Amino acid sequence: MPDNTEIVFHARGLTKVYGTGAVAVQALRDVDLDLYKGEFVVLLGPSGSGKSTLLNILGGLDRPTSGECRFRDHVLTGASEEALTRYRREHVGFVFQFYNLIPALTARENVALVTEISEHPLSPAEALALVGLDDRLDHFPAQLSGGEQQRVAVARAIAKQPEVLLCDEPTGALDSKTGVRVLEALVAANQTLGTTTVVITHNAAIKDIADRVLYFLDGRISEIHVTERKLSPAEITW
Amino acid sequence: MRIWPQGLAIALVVAAGVATLILAVGAYRSLDETRRAYYERHRFADIFASVSRAPRTILTDISSIDGVLSVEPRIVDHAILDIDDTVTPVTSVVISLPDHHPQRLNILYLRSGRLPEAGNDHEAVVNEAFANAHRLVIGSAFSAVLNGRKRQLRVVGVALSPEYVYAIGPGDLMPDDRRFAVVWMSESALAAAYDLEGAFNSLLVKLINGTRAEAVVDRIDRLTARYGGTGATLRKDQTSDAFLDAELKQLNAMARIIPPIFLLVSAFLINMTLSRLIALEREQIGLLKALGYGRLRIAVHYLELVLAIAAVGIVIGYALGTWFGLSLTRLYAEFFHFPFLIFERSIDLYLLAGGLSAAAASVGGLRSVWKAASLAPAVAMQPPAPARYKPMRIERLGMLQGLSQLTMMSLRHMVRMPARAAMTGLGLSLGAALLIVSLFSVDSVEHMIDVNFFLAQRQDATLNFATARDIRVTDDVRRLPGVLRVEPFRSVLVRLRNGQRDRKIAIQGLPADRDLARIIDRSLAPVLLSGGLVIDERVAEVLALAPGDLVEVEPLEGRRRTRELRLAAIIRSDFGLSAYMPMRELNQLMAEGRWISGTHISYDRTLENQLFEAVKSTPAIASIALHRFALAKFRETIARNIDIMVGIYLSLAVIVAFGVAYNAARIQLSEQARELASLRVLGFTRGEVSHVLFLELAVLTLLSQPLGWLLGYGFGWLVISGFSSDLYRTPMVIHAATYARASLVVFAAVAVAALIVRLRINRLDLMRVLKTRD
Repeated sequence: MPDNTEIVFHARGLTKVYGTGAVAVQALRDVDLDLYKGEFVVLLGPSGSGKSTLLNILGGLDRPTSGECRFRDHVLTGASEEALTRYRREHVGFVFQFYNLIPALTARENVALVTEISEHPLSPAEALALVGLDDRLDHFPAQLSGGEQQRVAVARAIAKQPEVLLCDEPTGALDSKTGVRVLEALVAANQTLGTTTVVITHNAAIKDIADRVLYFLDGRISEIHVTERKLSPAEITW
Repeated sequence: MRIWPQGLAIALVVAAGVATLILAVGAYRSLDETRRAYYERHRFADIFASVSRAPRTILTDISSIDGVLSVEPRIVDHAILDIDDTVTPVTSVVISLPDHHPQRLNILYLRSGRLPEAGNDHEAVVNEAFANAHRLVIGSAFSAVLNGRKRQLRVVGVALSPEYVYAIGPGDLMPDDRRFAVVWMSESALAAAYDLEGAFNSLLVKLINGTRAEAVVDRIDRLTARYGGTGATLRKDQTSDAFLDAELKQLNAMARIIPPIFLLVSAFLINMTLSRLIALEREQIGLLKALGYGRLRIAVHYLELVLAIAAVGIVIGYALGTWFGLSLTRLYAEFFHFPFLIFERSIDLYLLAGGLSAAAASVGGLRSVWKAASLAPAVAMQPPAPARYKPMRIERLGMLQGLSQLTMMSLRHMVRMPARAAMTGLGLSLGAALLIVSLFSVDSVEHMIDVNFFLAQRQDATLNFATARDIRVTDDVRRLPGVLRVEPFRSVLVRLRNGQRDRKIAIQGLPADRDLARIIDRSLAPVLLSGGLVIDERVAEVLALAPGDLVEVEPLEGRRRTRELRLAAIIRSDFGLSAYMPMRELNQLMAEGRWISGTHISYDRTLENQLFEAVKSTPAIASIALHRFALAKFRETIARNIDIMVGIYLSLAVIVAFGVAYNAARIQLSEQARELASLRVLGFTRGEVSHVLFLELAVLTLLSQPLGWLLGYGFGWLVISGFSSDLYRTPMVIHAATYARASLVVFAAVAVAALIVRLRINRLDLMRVLKTRD
């Protein structure tokens, strides 16, 4: 864990219930959590254990049913739609399992999409260089492999130099070798930019590159594991 | 069904096509059938002839002409009426009814009362429209100046006549039931009044079916020439029938232009929507095929969907078309005076409209259905390859630098499917075009009013004399109360002949110094008569004449000496068939001295009532045309018709523009939902995300407008040429403001469609979209 105890996310009693009555599903149950600046956190757990729900709440995409969640001095719980949009725009970078690139825009333009609305962005070329794609700037997503597309997505997420990077199954659709390259890009951003990084995965191998691993079960954090010796992505495989 | 709003939008377009077809063809058939039945039951004549005075003895000769079924001699003249409830003089046509046998031709439809008693010179039947306009009932009295003698008449009957389905006064542009009357009286009473005992001055002839009318006309002309015959005319040239015919032509033109537009648009919308639906459902299609469903079963499934949408549209269209058709036919019945209406609700029309719409929809869906049916199951169950994009051509020219990525997204999406973008654009163009077609009639009519009432016919009134008079009577006219300026004219009915071609027409002889009645050509320049004959281009066309040609002129009145005249000029004008000469030359041609047929006058409005009283008691004046009243009536009638038509077209155009825009936006949203949700996650606001979606629509809407204007002009031209007749041509005038207005309505329809779709953007499910593949 980096030597700092500056809290970025502060969550207390987070509960999320989807639906009502007999069909109600409790996705999160009374979760307390603090995430620190520059921390690389992996969320592990079976499907439906609440990882994505937590990530969505942290990312300002969803609201908890009860409890409080703050990002620095922004209270996310109860914030308006506009405030959440602004929060995502200014502070959060997202990486998704299926990349979610804009097919009509080239790699450079996909990154520029975000840098155009950011205050202190990297240039799209810089961001793409960081993920090792400086030779694919003018390719459209359909012309890139899955791993390349995901790295463009990482470049797009880090280009605005966000304070937090939220990744939902970033390697889920990739083979091991390609996945490692994507993880390297995430780690590079985490280290060079000091971005607090949260990665959801089903892939237990990835836990070894994290500062902390949060195990989810049935809507609760069942266990927190602080990594003693972090591996670099190149050292893991699956 | 998740596409029901889109299905409904398409069904509405289908409905509009069905409705317009049923409306136009249905009203056309009803009107045509009503006319046919009315003419047949009331034995409307085939040939009409006027003479100055012919002995009844020649009737035997006329009856024995080959092909003549029956003959009816009449006495017909103009008379000015004085009605208690108005100071304005009423112009009328007085027509005799046979005393000793029932009418053989142009039989009256008696709405109430009875026919006048034989020989009773105080009893009259009046036309229903006029009676209604003045609230005349059986027993009401009014006075009429018959051959210079004022008489008190009493209404004994109210009737309609096939001869006056469209009842328009001499010199008027529009029917005015308050100022034009048809009065029927006993033949012997009129014969006494007009000194026509044992004689007649008007002749109706009915032919045996299949007779060549021209040959009969020739024989009648020869037989009546020495009795002042002015040449017999066929039914198609009879004023009322000609106007009715022009209206029918216009309905027919509408039936040919408007419904195809809707069929085209609905086919396109079905195509667009169905191909998207099938793209969304390709996995299910693959699954069904893997489970053993055959191609045919899949194809039938989607065809059923297409036909279901078409069926909804057809049912709505049937209802609307029938309803609009009835209202339109009733409106016509009011404008045209029919005693009864036959609504033609022919099953074939409904079958045709339904069949055409279903066919257009199926054709629209065919390609997509085929694609779905022929998907290989294995391919179908895999998601489609990511959409391939490439830089646009104009980007390579460096023209789009500096545009935001959102804008680029939008533009590239539009360019990726150029055929679809083009069809969407075309749909929006058609919306604008429909609006222009409906709105431009206002421009054209205003132009016609400007030219006719303010540039050409600047007189306040025109007095027509019962017979031609010496020019010295202009001094008497000048002495009438309030009269400021008097301009005489001479009008002579002639036959113009060029080789085999001939045409009956009135030559207007006009004085050299004219200020009231001017001739204005289409370039709006006054035409000066510097000698020789001047004719309208339409007449020139009929007679195949060019300036400088010699044309044979045979007067159909007076001494009838045929002469050859040189054609001095051809003018382009919008009203009727016209021919002009300097009045002096026309009088020389007639060799009758300085005679005039009437005068145009301007008068002091404050003395109008005194003037009217004087006119009503001046026996020499057969009729008076009042321009101010004519203009008011013209505007009123046109305004009412136009309001209705604009209302109908406006809703149709809005349906098209809305249908196209809504479907385009919905499909775009469906295709780009994932991208738009991604943008929202990345922190773009709803507004920014909508921008991506609507920029494409906005660009297409903008780009489509010039084509819409062009198409609107084209359709307008088609409508106008379908409508133009010998009676008048509507000038083709479209103001810039009309183009702008049409486009604004299209923009508004697109904006509403966009707003509705925008509500869906607000509801985009961000999390679901991120968890799934496209």
